[in-house]
Amino acid sequence: MPLAYQDMLFELQKYWSAQGCVIQQPYDLEVGAGTMCPETFLRVLGPDAYRVAYVQPSRRPNDGRYGENPNRLYKHMQLQVILKPAPSDVQDLYLNSLERIGISLDKHDIKFEEDNWEAPTLGAWGVGWQVMLDGLEISQFTYFQQCGGIDLDPVTVELTYGLERLCAFIQDVDSVYDIQWNPQVKNAPVYTYRQIRWRDEHDLSVYNFDQADVASLWKLFEIHEAEAKRLTELSDPPLLAAHEQVLKCSHVFNLLDARGAISVTERVGMIARVRERAVAVATRWVAPPPALEPEAEVPA
Amino acid sequence: MSNEMKIAVEEPVALLDPPETETSAEIAREVLEEVRVAKVEVAGDFILEVGVEEVPAWMIVPALKQLRTTLGDALKKDVQVFGTPRRLTAVVQGLPKNQPDTEELLTGPPKKAPAQAAEAFAKKCGVPITKLETISTPKGEYWSYLKRERGQKTVDLLADLAPKAILGLHWPKTMYWTGKNGPRFIRPIRSLLAIFSGKVVPFEVGGVKASAYTFGHRALGGARMKVTDFEQYQTVLRDNGVILDASERRDRIVGGAKALMPEGCRLRANPGLVDTLVYLTEFPTAALGAFDPSYLTLPEEVLATVMEHHQKYLAVEMEDGRLAPNFIFVMNRGEDASGVVRHGNERVLRARFNDARFFWDVDQKVPLRDRGPMLEKVMFQAKLGSYAAKTARVVELARELAPRFGADVDAAVRAAQLAKTDLTTELVKEFTELQGIVGGLYARHQGESEKAAAAIYDQYKPESMEDSSPKTAEGAALSVADKLDTLREFFRLGWIPTGSKDPFALRRAAQGIVKILADHNADFATAELANTPELRAFFDDRLRFYLRDVRGFAYDGVNAVLATGADRVPNIIGRLEALSIVRPTPDFEPLAAAFKRIKNIVSKVPGDTSFDATLLEAGAEHDLHAAASRINDETRNLTNYEEIVQRTATIRPAVDLFFDKVMVMVDDELVRQNRLGLLRWLLSAFTRVADFSEIVTSKEREQTK
Repeated sequence: MPLAYQDMLFELQKYWSAQGCVIQQPYDLEVGAGTMCPETFLRVLGPDAYRVAYVQPSRRPNDGRYGENPNRLYKHMQLQVILKPAPSDVQDLYLNSLERIGISLDKHDIKFEEDNWEAPTLGAWGVGWQVMLDGLEISQFTYFQQCGGIDLDPVTVELTYGLERLCAFIQDVDSVYDIQWNPQVKNAPVYTYRQIRWRDEHDLSVYNFDQADVASLWKLFEIHEAEAKRLTELSDPPLLAAHEQVLKCSHVFNLLDARGAISVTERVGMIARVRERAVAVATRWVAPPPALEPEAEVPA
Repeated sequence: MSNEMKIAVEEPVALLDPPETETSAEIAREVLEEVRVAKVEVAGDFILEVGVEEVPAWMIVPALKQLRTTLGDALKKDVQVFGTPRRLTAVVQGLPKNQPDTEELLTGPPKKAPAQAAEAFAKKCGVPITKLETISTPKGEYWSYLKRERGQKTVDLLADLAPKAILGLHWPKTMYWTGKNGPRFIRPIRSLLAIFSGKVVPFEVGGVKASAYTFGHRALGGARMKVTDFEQYQTVLRDNGVILDASERRDRIVGGAKALMPEGCRLRANPGLVDTLVYLTEFPTAALGAFDPSYLTLPEEVLATVMEHHQKYLAVEMEDGRLAPNFIFVMNRGEDASGVVRHGNERVLRARFNDARFFWDVDQKVPLRDRGPMLEKVMFQAKLGSYAAKTARVVELARELAPRFGADVDAAVRAAQLAKTDLTTELVKEFTELQGIVGGLYARHQGESEKAAAAIYDQYKPESMEDSSPKTAEGAALSVADKLDTLREFFRLGWIPTGSKDPFALRRAAQGIVKILADHNADFATAELANTPELRAFFDDRLRFYLRDVRGFAYDGVNAVLATGADRVPNIIGRLEALSIVRPTPDFEPLAAAFKRIKNIVSKVPGDTSFDATLLEAGAEHDLHAAASRINDETRNLTNYEEIVQRTATIRPAVDLFFDKVMVMVDDELVRQNRLGLLRWLLSAFTRVADFSEIVTSKEREQTK
């Protein structure tokens, strides 16, 4: 009996927990990818070792299909794994995680095919592969080289699992909407991905493509951009707050793009504006040496 | 005699025959060792294997070539190289234990110099003064010292060379993984095997120490296996799921695929994809998959792109060339007995085909003719505006150029109007490599004229110098108009390629135009397309590149033809072809030398081509004029360049004789001017096809060496 969607998530998180990862919860702002969350974007900067894994719902307004396409989602879920520094057996660690969810190397065909990753709005790039499982791309495997325009030292490895397609593969269904979400427990109902998420896909596609008010979005973009700039430039900047403003800029930009509201000449300029804000946050994050975090208070 | 020699050679080999007892076996081995020691100073084999996380398939062969060159140059030996995605291997056989000793003669101060000078020299050589010798030179006696150095131990040389050779490999894009100060390579190095004569060559790269161990296939082999020599290395890899030899992997892929062909089907050739698969696998196994024949209603271009480009499957076609509902996928593993892998691949392909069908259907809701305004929002280039603006410009250029290609103007203009609209379709957004092709397919499907559809389909051709030109005249006009617009616009902004930098592929665009002009027999010059001197020079440069590097004509021949002012590409090619046929004939090179001489003489004295035939001296001068006039009359109305050049070459004896017997620069002003006029006339009359004085003769080439 193949794993239910949520069981697959549990297994992967337990696996990475056993590898010493902090299991974080999804970040509570709209992001286009798990990379943008502070747990990746900021943690990869600087010298400190860190290991974290989290499921991140990732919003890509342009990929919405009103819930009509069996493989394409406005909001898909990623499992984001960050290992800093990159361990030398990281490929094996990754392959073992697949074994954990029932994908045995003995029975399947796995290939690591060149795929270099770049996020222009984040000033981030890395080299690596897309991992192909029986011809299906299931993960992105990246050695980060730069983030926020800053060379990374040590190098972090980022593993990003496309959870819906991975689960559809495991459950052998042709549409992600047919994924069984929860396991059969006694007489409790079993839900499909469709039952849990279809309405979300449909309504947000309607909003993103047809209803989002362009004039308001433009205002929002300006507001968040200005706020990011103001916060970043304070003498003692609350950088996590500034970073959130950058994330909001990025999401609003994606919405405007999906609405077809960004003209020819504006697009490149807007990407540059978001990147400028992201780079500013990253730059202040690493230098001068970040202030010490307050000591954990000992409960009385 | 020969028998004796043969026996002598075979003797040691005979000792290898299965011995009768263990003792004799040992003796045999010992004797054999002795024989070897006596003959050579124990030659050994060097095996280097860089174990690396999956290297991009297309980079492996170039990296191996570099590795072979670096090691070969340093070791003065042939190097065998092998590569898989996870290992780059080099093997050098028969290396000596030590590098040869070296001797260097150091010359010191003159012997008559003060004694301190000799002492200082001895000190510099690191020897007492008594060890110095003297040499005599034309300038007198000098102190000298013959410095002898023992050859380096080969193992030391290798320990120094190997890490340099590895890290010296040039990759298109490198990374670091152990930290910013660590090594840079294409992907992390995880294992190093380096043995010479069975012993480890000690060195380290990025914290990985060289060892005598290799590793197997990720799923089929072990993680750590000892290596003793090359033969055993290959065996151990094979036993652990790695086929080291690329040609063997290729055979497994192609041979395996052919064996799986359904009745009446064959593989659709795709050598580039096979190459990729060879270097994407360590143990390739081909398998056959199938898809629902109903997908065959989608255009083949779409199906083939999905299979070959996106999924790296080999397409299968029927005898008539149409696609069959099958495909070959290549696994990096053994047989897929349970069919699990096939099932997975078929599932992925089905999803892809469904997507394509979905996009096709959605796209038909808005035909290309209604998509023009949507191009306002598609950027051509930030500074150059949208594709709508580009379209307007290209339409005008197509209108202008179409008649020159003998194209249907209305169809070419229509094609230009619709050409870029497919950029707004879902299918092109998904399969960007199908831009143009999708436009052509949609245009046909939506009832546009066949001529317009074909032109849209071919608008990006030729995409490289190996690619073909657009098939139709309308396609040629559109493609040239599109590329020309790009060139003119970028040049207008001053974005002219320099050095290796050509981010907008303008060289390719200009070469594409040259190729189209050649292939479509266009009767106009590239210079006519240039609207600025910079673009004109750029076209000229690309034309020369095309003629030399793409068509393979000798550079001096190209110079010779272009020096005549010939500017129609097909015409230039015609002349060059004639030239290369006549060039090897015995009269040609001496004639070229003679013309060079003529040019030299006349270039020093200004004047025209007039002369008075009655003033010509009887004998060589008269004969030259007679021969030249005759040949000139014969060739004047010829259109076949080969014949013209051939006939022209027959003037050679007359020219030779002239220079042998006649002095041009005589004192008599009238005679001198007359002779110069004759020579100028000769030069102008006989260099209409090519300026032979530009030809570099083999004698000249020898001299420059």
